[in-house]
Amino acid sequence: MSTVAYITARGLFGRRRVLLLLPLPALLITLALICRSYDIDPQQWGQPVIVGLGLAVVLPVISLIIGTGVLGSEVDDGTIVHILTKPLPRRDIILAKLLVAVGVSAVASAVPLFVVGVLADSTRLGLALAAGAAAGACAYSALFLLLSLLTRRPVLLGLVYILVWEGLLGRFVSGTRVLSIEQYVIAIADRIAPTTMLTGRVSLPVAIVMALIFAVGGTLYAINRLGSFSIAGETS
Amino acid sequence: MSTTSDLVSPAAPTEGNTVSMVELQNVSRWYGNVVAVNDITMTLRPGVTGLLGPNGAGKTTVLHMMAGFLSPSRGTVTIDGRPTWRHPGIYRDLGLVAEREAVHGFLTAREFVLACARMQKLPDPVAATARALALVEMTDAQDRRIDTFSKGMRQRTRVAAALVHEPRVLLLDEPFNGMDPRQRMHMMELLHTLGERGHTILFSSHILEEVEQLSGLVQVIVAGRLAASGDYRRIRRLMTNRPHVFAVQSSDDRRLAVALIGEKSVSGVEIEATGLTVRASDYGSFTRALPRIALEEGIRLRRLLPSDESLESVFSYLLEA
Repeated sequence: MSTVAYITARGLFGRRRVLLLLPLPALLITLALICRSYDIDPQQWGQPVIVGLGLAVVLPVISLIIGTGVLGSEVDDGTIVHILTKPLPRRDIILAKLLVAVGVSAVASAVPLFVVGVLADSTRLGLALAAGAAAGACAYSALFLLLSLLTRRPVLLGLVYILVWEGLLGRFVSGTRVLSIEQYVIAIADRIAPTTMLTGRVSLPVAIVMALIFAVGGTLYAINRLGSFSIAGETS
Repeated sequence: MSTTSDLVSPAAPTEGNTVSMVELQNVSRWYGNVVAVNDITMTLRPGVTGLLGPNGAGKTTVLHMMAGFLSPSRGTVTIDGRPTWRHPGIYRDLGLVAEREAVHGFLTAREFVLACARMQKLPDPVAATARALALVEMTDAQDRRIDTFSKGMRQRTRVAAALVHEPRVLLLDEPFNGMDPRQRMHMMELLHTLGERGHTILFSSHILEEVEQLSGLVQVIVAGRLAASGDYRRIRRLMTNRPHVFAVQSSDDRRLAVALIGEKSVSGVEIEATGLTVRASDYGSFTRALPRIALEEGIRLRRLLPSDESLESVFSYLLEA
């Protein structure tokens, strides 16, 4: 399992794709710093920066880049064959890749969110956002890793989920929030550090249970799918 | 420098010198309405077997099913009685060199093969890695990143990764792609040695010369069906509906031609500047009759060569059938 994680991490950081992780957190922190340096009331900029950019864009997009990258890129270029032709339980392969995805996504999103939380309000809000981001990274990573086994266009489908389901439908159709990881993250962070900047729209139990369903269900389904992994039939 | 045999000698095949059999029983595979493989039954035993077929015949589909990367739509594919589909445990005994060349290019050859050895949970992965890299003559370049390698070097690295756990069954899809003639010879020698030591090796190739040099045993797939199976020279002899062609040189070609034309098994004789071209309807009868006739006529036979027993002619006859 550690070898699979090692190869996955080397592959992830050896690709240019990883550079995509830098601009979004940098933008998030820069915006917060600008607002703070101009002494703008955090009540005015807190919600749009933390929720509108941090939780609606930075966390899911980073998780998407990493979650689809840890397995999807190997499926795309065919190198996954070298890992699959080993007597490893498919569970170990998925868990190793998920571990890398969750770890990198959590660090890359929780750290800037923590900084922004501290700048906007307090260390407690920073920690709440970091905890919410870590929980969100688990659910998002499992979902996007699964997508890379279900479709050849996981990034596109992931963007549809982030932009259309969570971003658009989540605002206007209240029922869709039950299946929105962003709402679970807000609910968890809001519970740890209640503030007017965060408004949880699903209850904490729903948020925790649904996040677990996404994370565990997605992982189990991905393990099952990897067990039946077929090489596309290019006969010659 | 050590020879291929020396390098292979430690434990081949592994686990108590047991041998492995790959069996396909009435295997079909279809994609929607397209039948890629149609009711194939074959058994691979220790030794080197060539998998032949024109493009699109279904060779890669068969290899993928053997390697556990495709489920048969019907029938069973087993290695020593264990189904290959959804059984990762078979990879302890199976090595695969797929046709697609993708390798983790950001790793060095040594890192890559070592990672494979570790994923195989070998007791001494470092030693196994060194041995596998030496087998394919990649020791000198082992610390270079794979994405700097030529096609042939990548191919050899992949072969090293497939051999690192000394599998009893080795499946190779077009293994000689991109190799220069010397590397090709070395790889053939390696596969030969492994086959002789009891490994079950199947390789696909569209280059008939390669198959001819490496193995007498062939599995020929045409349009998804198994067209022929076994030693290609025997297959040729079983094709009784096609006359066998022999090139004959003797001390008196013209007199021999006259004598041969009276022989029942001979369907035609052509006299050429270099000797006779004899067409025989029955391989066995002709080869028995020829020395007798030569003896009776007092003619010395200088050369007798079956001229259409090459794999190429067998293959073309099978395609035409």
